[in-house]
Amino acid sequence: MSGLNELYQEVILDHNKRPRNFRTIEPASHHAEGHNPLCGDRLALYVQVSGDTIADVAFQGSGCAISKASASLMTDAVKGQTVAVANDLFQRFHAMVTTPPDQAVENMGKLSVLAGVREFPVRVKCASLCWHTLKAALDRKEAVSTE
Amino acid sequence: MATETLKAFDVQRVRADFPILGQQVHGRPLVYLDNAATTQKPQIVLDALTRYYTAQNANVHRGVHHLSQVATEAYDGARTKVRCFFNAGSDREIIFTRNATESINLVAQAYARPKLQPGDEVLISAMEHHSNIVPWQLVCAERGAHLRVAPMDDRGELMLEEFERLLGERTRIVAVTHMSNALGTINPVADIVRMARARNVPVLIDGSQAAYHMPVDVQALGADFYVATGHKLYGPTGIGVLYGRESRLEAMPPFLGGGDMIASVTFEKSTWNELPYKFEAGTPHIEGAIGLGAAVDYIQSVGLDGMAAHEQELLAYGTQVLEAIPGVRMIGTARRKASILSFVIDGIHPHDIGTIVDREGVAIRTGHHCAQPVMDRLGIPATARASLAMYNTREELDALGAALHKVIEVFG
Repeated sequence: MSGLNELYQEVILDHNKRPRNFRTIEPASHHAEGHNPLCGDRLALYVQVSGDTIADVAFQGSGCAISKASASLMTDAVKGQTVAVANDLFQRFHAMVTTPPDQAVENMGKLSVLAGVREFPVRVKCASLCWHTLKAALDRKEAVSTE
Repeated sequence: MATETLKAFDVQRVRADFPILGQQVHGRPLVYLDNAATTQKPQIVLDALTRYYTAQNANVHRGVHHLSQVATEAYDGARTKVRCFFNAGSDREIIFTRNATESINLVAQAYARPKLQPGDEVLISAMEHHSNIVPWQLVCAERGAHLRVAPMDDRGELMLEEFERLLGERTRIVAVTHMSNALGTINPVADIVRMARARNVPVLIDGSQAAYHMPVDVQALGADFYVATGHKLYGPTGIGVLYGRESRLEAMPPFLGGGDMIASVTFEKSTWNELPYKFEAGTPHIEGAIGLGAAVDYIQSVGLDGMAAHEQELLAYGTQVLEAIPGVRMIGTARRKASILSFVIDGIHPHDIGTIVDREGVAIRTGHHCAQPVMDRLGIPATARASLAMYNTREELDALGAALHKVIEVFG
């Protein structure tokens, strides 16, 4: 499969067109803004934590298909999970998208569709912006930049 | 080299002068449409760099030995070529810097900073590159001065009557781009200079984009400062130009201190070298200047008028190609513009466009083009931008069109 087809898979195009959890949560217990200065992508992430569980998570913003789909898939993946599980997913996702393309990566279920960015080094930041923003929100940092 | 203007502009002959253009990218012929970021270099420039290091290398303005004199002649000879290219009155008015950004910072720090008082104003336009915004913000913040911004309309044209209205009692300097890097707009710089000079306000024109698309005559223009960058003039990176009116430069303190810019040094007091060396501290970018000299010779040998006509024809053709694609909207439709095709496609982010067309061998820029306020003004986060140079062809614009159809296909 050509790198391009792998990058722009059906699942990614679908989440780009109809992003899940694309809204705000007011008030949210945790919130952070993510920014990719290279392309101008901006992402606002809202997290409602109850006890140690992510009861709800949503995002807003503008960005490329990769960043939007990644944020959409991420919200689906972490909703209902504990903060510890979300942090673990972040580590595993980060490892997946930064592994050289000729090496095998862990199957992360739906999130695996983003493994295609490995062939496009400048696009790795697009896929990981939302995850860095989630981590910032959970760590109560208000802004994150991928620069 | 021959310096007479070619009778007719021959794009294939020009292309043969640029070795990089022959390569393949992702198995496709390279279509290089990111010229507003940097232009490619003709062989003659590369040869000048090689010649410098194989036959001329020594430090300048220092030695009595043969090579030092050869290098000094080549370096100062390059200054004369650049002076002629911009038709400045004297070599003393041509300062070599690292790039246009450094040229603007030099003027902001050495001209504006000592003059600005609290409440004074610096007037720029809404379509400036970050490099013609931030240096002024820095000096304004330090001196308690205000940055004023002349607005542009929806087409991306400067609103000249608003500009004139903002040109006030407290305006200490005007700094405006000759041509917008994000939109292609050519500003009415002659009117801007006339209005400002009528009020005794000095003007800096940022010629980073304009200088490689159209003839620039700084004496006819009458601006106090004109800045350009070598790597967009088909020359090397790391070399920039500041033209400054001699009387202004004479009255300014040095920007950087060090070797070469002094007349004498004691621990009690140093005195400054004459122009232009007062503003060139330390060993300069000798081969950069020599490469730039070769580059402006090359541009003149091709002929700026023929080149500009070719690029205007391509701009019109490229606009047609893009407008024929469903969902494409042109950004920047000024009546006077050059060589920039900035656009968006409904529902598809520019970054995705850039990645997909790259796989077709087409290099374009996507993003805010270091002009975030322009994007904010137009209410868009980013654009895709194809930018033209003398060696581009209609076939390359057809390749861009085909690649964009592929983008639309991917996104269904």
